[in-house]
Amino acid sequence: MSKLVEGLYYSKSHEWVKPLEDDVVLVGITDFAQSELGDVVFVDLPEVGDTVSAEVEFGAVESVKAASDLIAPISGEILEVNDELVGEPELLNKDPYKNWLLKVKLENPDELSELLNIEEYEAFIK
Amino acid sequence: MINYNRMIFELSNPGRIGYSLPKQRFTDYNVEALDKKYLRNAELLLPEVSELDCLRHFTNISNKNFGVENGFYPLGSCTMKYNPKINEEMAANKAFRSLHPLQPASTVQGALEVYYQLQEYLSTISGLHEFSLNPYAGAHGELVGLMIIKAYHEERKDFKRKKIIIPDSAHGTNPASTVVCGMDVVEIKSNSLGRVDLESLKAVLNDEVSGMMLTNPNTLGIFENDICEITKLIHEAGGLMYYDGANLNALLGKVRPGDMGFDVMHINLHKTFSTPHGGGGPGSGPVGVTEELAKYLPNPRVKKIDDYYFIENSGEALGQISSYFGNYLVALRAYAYIRTLGKENLKLVGPYATLNANYISNALKTAYDLPIPGYCMHEVVFNGLTNKDTDVRTLDIAKRLLDFGMHAPTIYFPLLFPQSIMIEPTETESKETIDDFINVMHKIAIEAKEDPDKLKQAPTKTPIRRTDEVFAAKMMIFSYKDYLEYIQNRG
Ligand SMILES: Cc1ncc(COP(=O)(O)O)c(C=O)c1O
Repeated sequence: MSKLVEGLYYSKSHEWVKPLEDDVVLVGITDFAQSELGDVVFVDLPEVGDTVSAEVEFGAVESVKAASDLIAPISGEILEVNDELVGEPELLNKDPYKNWLLKVKLENPDELSELLNIEEYEAFIK
Repeated sequence: MINYNRMIFELSNPGRIGYSLPKQRFTDYNVEALDKKYLRNAELLLPEVSELDCLRHFTNISNKNFGVENGFYPLGSCTMKYNPKINEEMAANKAFRSLHPLQPASTVQGALEVYYQLQEYLSTISGLHEFSLNPYAGAHGELVGLMIIKAYHEERKDFKRKKIIIPDSAHGTNPASTVVCGMDVVEIKSNSLGRVDLESLKAVLNDEVSGMMLTNPNTLGIFENDICEITKLIHEAGGLMYYDGANLNALLGKVRPGDMGFDVMHINLHKTFSTPHGGGGPGSGPVGVTEELAKYLPNPRVKKIDDYYFIENSGEALGQISSYFGNYLVALRAYAYIRTLGKENLKLVGPYATLNANYISNALKTAYDLPIPGYCMHEVVFNGLTNKDTDVRTLDIAKRLLDFGMHAPTIYFPLLFPQSIMIEPTETESKETIDDFINVMHKIAIEAKEDPDKLKQAPTKTPIRRTDEVFAAKMMIFSYKDYLEYIQNRG
C-alpha cells in the first residue's frame, strides 16, 4: 500500500506539493511514484532562480527500470533545490515525503485548488 | 583451490607465458627510428596466465551465461531467433576470413559478389531501390538514414526542416539518433489501440518537418493499419518517411516497406537475418533508400558491370561512416541465412513468428493483463498480472522465469504501461517449447497468489542471484584499472 500524507496537494503525474508560508511550497514525488520507479539512481534538477510552469517538465529521475520526466504541479520561481539528492538519489526511495526536490515561490496560488487532495489521489492510484 | 571464476587479472602470475609468437616475417622496419612519442613507457598490465588457466577461466564464466543455445529466450524487441550453424561455418572459411579490405577487387570477386548479392536481396525483400551494408548496428543505420534525409533537404536549400516526428511507442534509439544528427524530436501520442493517432500527427505537420520515423509493426507488436495514410500526410507536408526495420521479422515475405511509401530504412541483420547479437556487437544495420536518394549512400559501395564487381567511392555520397565495408563477416552470415532458407521458406518467417506470439497472447491473457486486446504481430506486451492484489511485480515474474531455465522477456519497456512484459518467441521455437513456457507462466501467476515470497526471492537456481542493479548503474567501472582505483579509494 502506498503511503500518503495528510495536508498535501497531489498531481496526476505523482508529485506532491506542501504549502509553507507566504505562498512558498515544497515539491516532491509521491511514495506511489518511487515504488513504481524502483531504485532511483539519478536525479536531474533545475537551478535556483529558474522558473517552473504547471504541467511542464522540470527535470528527470532515473531508476534501474527507466528514466521519467518530472512534471511541475504548479508554476513559480525556484528558491531552493535539494542538492542532497544529486549525491544520494536513493533518499527518494527511503522517504519521498521528507526528501523534497524544490522549494518554489508560487506565481499563482490558485493553482493549488486544481490539484488533488489526499482522498482524490488515493482513488486515482487505486 | 583455484577459483577460475575470478578475474583473469587476478589469476595472473608475473612472468608466466602462455603464448608463443610466430616467426618475425617483416624485417624492413626499425623501432629505434620511431618518433619517441609513439613509444609506450608504462607497463602493459596484461594478465600473465597459461593457456589452460585462460581456457578454464573463460569456460567457467561462459557457464554462467545464458543464450539461445541454453533455452527459450523470449526477449521482446530483440528477435532472439536461432542462428543456424551453417552461417558460422561460412564465416569461418579461410577464403573469407583472411581477406584484406584493401586487396585489389580483381582478387576478391567472390567476396564482392556475396556483398553485392546481399544488397540486392535486401532491396527485393524491402522494396527499396538500393542498400549500403556499411553501418555497424541498427542505431548506426538510423543515424546514417537521418543524415541522408538531412542531406536531401539541405541540397534543396530547405534548411528549416529540422523536425523529426516520432511516436511515443518508439524504440529509444530513434530520438537518440535524431538528436545526434542535430535535429529536433517531436513526440506524438499513441491512441488507445497502440497506434499512431492521426489527429495528433496532423496537428504537428508544417514546413519545418524533415521526416517521420516509424517502426511497423511498432514496439507494442501492433501493425500500423493507417500506414498508407501516414506516409501520404508526411509526403504532402514535404517530409520523408523513415522505416525502423528492426522489427522486419514480422513482415518478412509479406509486406515491403518500399510499398508502404517509406523512403529510407535500416534493417537489423542481427535480428531478422540470424546473425549474432553478441553482447552489443558485431551487428549490422544496412540502410536502404529510394532511387532518388541513392546518391547519398555512404562510401565505399560495391557495384557491378557485366560480371565484374568493383568498389566505388562517389563524390556525392555522405562520405564514409565505417571502416571499409562495415562488418563483412556479419553480412556473409545473413547471405548464408537467406540462401539456405530460400525464397519460399523466407516467406514463412513472418507468419510463423506472428502465429507464435498470438498463441502466447491468447494462452496467457487470463492470468496476465493484456492492455491492448486483439491480434498482435511478432511480439505481445502484457502489463503485469491480471490479479493486481499481490505485491508481485513484473521484475519478480522475470526473475522467477530464470529458475525454470528460461530467459526473461523484456521488462519495463515499452514505457506506455507501468508493468510491461514484452514477449517475442520468434519463429524458430517448437510448439512444445512454447507450451512449456505458457505452463511456467501460469504456474508463476498461481505462485504470485499462494507463495509470493518465492517470487520475491527468485532466482534461487542460477549461478548468480539478484544482481545489485543500483550499484551497477551508479558505479561505472569498466576496466580492471578503474576497479583497482575503486578498491583503493574505498580503503
Ligand atoms: C525497434 C528498434 N529500433 C532500433 C534498434 C536498435 O538497434 P541496435 O541495437 O542494433 O542499434 C532496436 C534494437 O533492438 C529496435 O528494437
